[in-house]
Amino acid sequence: MNRCTTESTENAEKRITKKEDNSCLHHALSTEEGNRRLAETSKNAFILEIKDLGKSFGGVEALHNITFSVPSGITQAIIGPNGAGKTTLLNCISGVIKPTRGRIIFLGKYIENLQPHKIAALGISRTFQNVALFKRMSVIENVTIGLHTKTRSGFTSCALRLPPMIGEERYIFERAREWLEFVGLADEMNKEAGSLPLGKQKLLEVARALATEPRLLLLDEPAGGLNTAETEQFGDLIEKIKNLGITVVLIEHDMNLVMERSDQIAVLHYGKLLATGTPQEIKKNPQVIEIYLGKEE
Amino acid sequence: MNRKNFPGFLVFILLIAIFPLLAQRSSAINHYIDVMVFGGIFGIVAIGLSLLMGYAGQISLAHAAFMGIGAYSSGILTTHFNLSPPIAILLGIAVTSAIAFAIGVPSLRLKGHYLAMATLGFGVIVHIVFNEEVKWTGGPSGLVGIPGFSFGSWALKSTIHWYYFVWFWVTLFVALALNLVHSRIGRALRAIHEEDRAAEAMGVPTARYKLQIFVISAAMAAFAGSLYAHYVEFINPSSFDLVWSIKFILMVMVGGIQSIWGSLLGSLFLTFLGNEWLQVFAELEILIYGIILLVISLFFPDGLFPVIVRFLTQRKLEKKA
Repeated sequence: MNRCTTESTENAEKRITKKEDNSCLHHALSTEEGNRRLAETSKNAFILEIKDLGKSFGGVEALHNITFSVPSGITQAIIGPNGAGKTTLLNCISGVIKPTRGRIIFLGKYIENLQPHKIAALGISRTFQNVALFKRMSVIENVTIGLHTKTRSGFTSCALRLPPMIGEERYIFERAREWLEFVGLADEMNKEAGSLPLGKQKLLEVARALATEPRLLLLDEPAGGLNTAETEQFGDLIEKIKNLGITVVLIEHDMNLVMERSDQIAVLHYGKLLATGTPQEIKKNPQVIEIYLGKEE
Repeated sequence: MNRKNFPGFLVFILLIAIFPLLAQRSSAINHYIDVMVFGGIFGIVAIGLSLLMGYAGQISLAHAAFMGIGAYSSGILTTHFNLSPPIAILLGIAVTSAIAFAIGVPSLRLKGHYLAMATLGFGVIVHIVFNEEVKWTGGPSGLVGIPGFSFGSWALKSTIHWYYFVWFWVTLFVALALNLVHSRIGRALRAIHEEDRAAEAMGVPTARYKLQIFVISAAMAAFAGSLYAHYVEFINPSSFDLVWSIKFILMVMVGGIQSIWGSLLGSLFLTFLGNEWLQVFAELEILIYGIILLVISLFFPDGLFPVIVRFLTQRKLEKKA
């Protein structure tokens, strides 16, 4: 495996717009592993299907007739230049915004009109591009919020501290601790979330999202702002998450991460789906090369 | 009650229990028992408001109005309809909860401070109704002849009785509120306050929780209002106007917006200021409240209670060292 690990994330974006640096794109990863997994999982049903999805903000069409499907158990990357509509797509899937047209099917259910918390309860969780932690709560308390849908106690049993609620509290904190161990933050669990460095905040967001026990995890630019070593670690974490049987949808600008860790890539450009395919296919796709690297003279 | 809160809670019960015994011995502070009854009643409002403001991050400018609805329900139902006080109180709470629900459904679904706007308008309307419906409310001159609290043959006969009765409820509400904030619901409310889109994405039904805590908070204010009506045996609209709603917010902010103990402390502090220590300033009182609000929000945005706690624990550490 030949990785261009010396590049920082900030440069990654610049790089992909420059023609002379395209070596990384070509040598990023042998996709045999990915292809094998893809072949394995393609037998299964799709976990997520997006059909003719459109979203306009006033006159601006942020998403235009997007149609693609994510097989269960893979890592699906969504790439594209800034403003291509990647985050809008993610927001539609997680219910933060409602699409103007089209349908989103998750595990056979139409979810495009559900409220975000109902979508979360169905098994879709996410992280945020600009890190949306509960900054003044402790690290472990942040993760406990992820366990909200896994517990039942209402206002009355919480206010009265009824025995089932006490049992649930124990369960919540045990599970939260396990998820912190999973991402490697167990030592920091009593710190204030806002006091963590960015890299750890991003890990905490993943732990919080995983605590909802999702079937589908949406990661919005997890490597943004991370250094090379941290990005590498994050890639390993994505692998670990995949091994839990969780399907990952990854929006990312870091091409190393995308090419190494994803099984299938969707390329968005000006709100349109430009191409889908394995990393290998995407790397060879002339249209993709054109938008990322410019047209050959 | 979890283990962490328990020692503080015991100290609190002890202090509340012995306060009247000490105050009775000195004629100079004898009447402090009466002030404490008011402090406790306002404390119930402040605890409810702290749950709403400090935990769910929503501002209500109608808590005096909710208190007023409770008070007038008790007053009208006991004087015009001869209902017994406990039934009147329960009906007052039910009416207030229904109204809060009706206000909350449209205004809490929207992001931002729509609840503050809606409650501001509602508070003004309620105040007008209290003033204009003379036949029922007695208008600006107030409603007189409200009976004291009694339940069957059991009646509260003296200030001391009232003191223990009101503080029994305060203690209960403190316990319930502390339990609530240290639970999945309390954490969810704080999460909503800090970053509601993330809370929602993690599966917290943000709109529903905001509505529920708003209704609970309004119901607590109504209950306090009923206690007020039966204690004073007289109510008039000026006790439930916008100024009082702002005073309740001030109580919560002075003590500590995200602290149940703090909001109780804040309500005691401001009650003593208003009833005792600031009497000499008459109309300038409101100016002083303004200055307090300014100082608190500029220098102690978390309120005084956390500052006091920090001061005490640091001294303890220094002594140990």
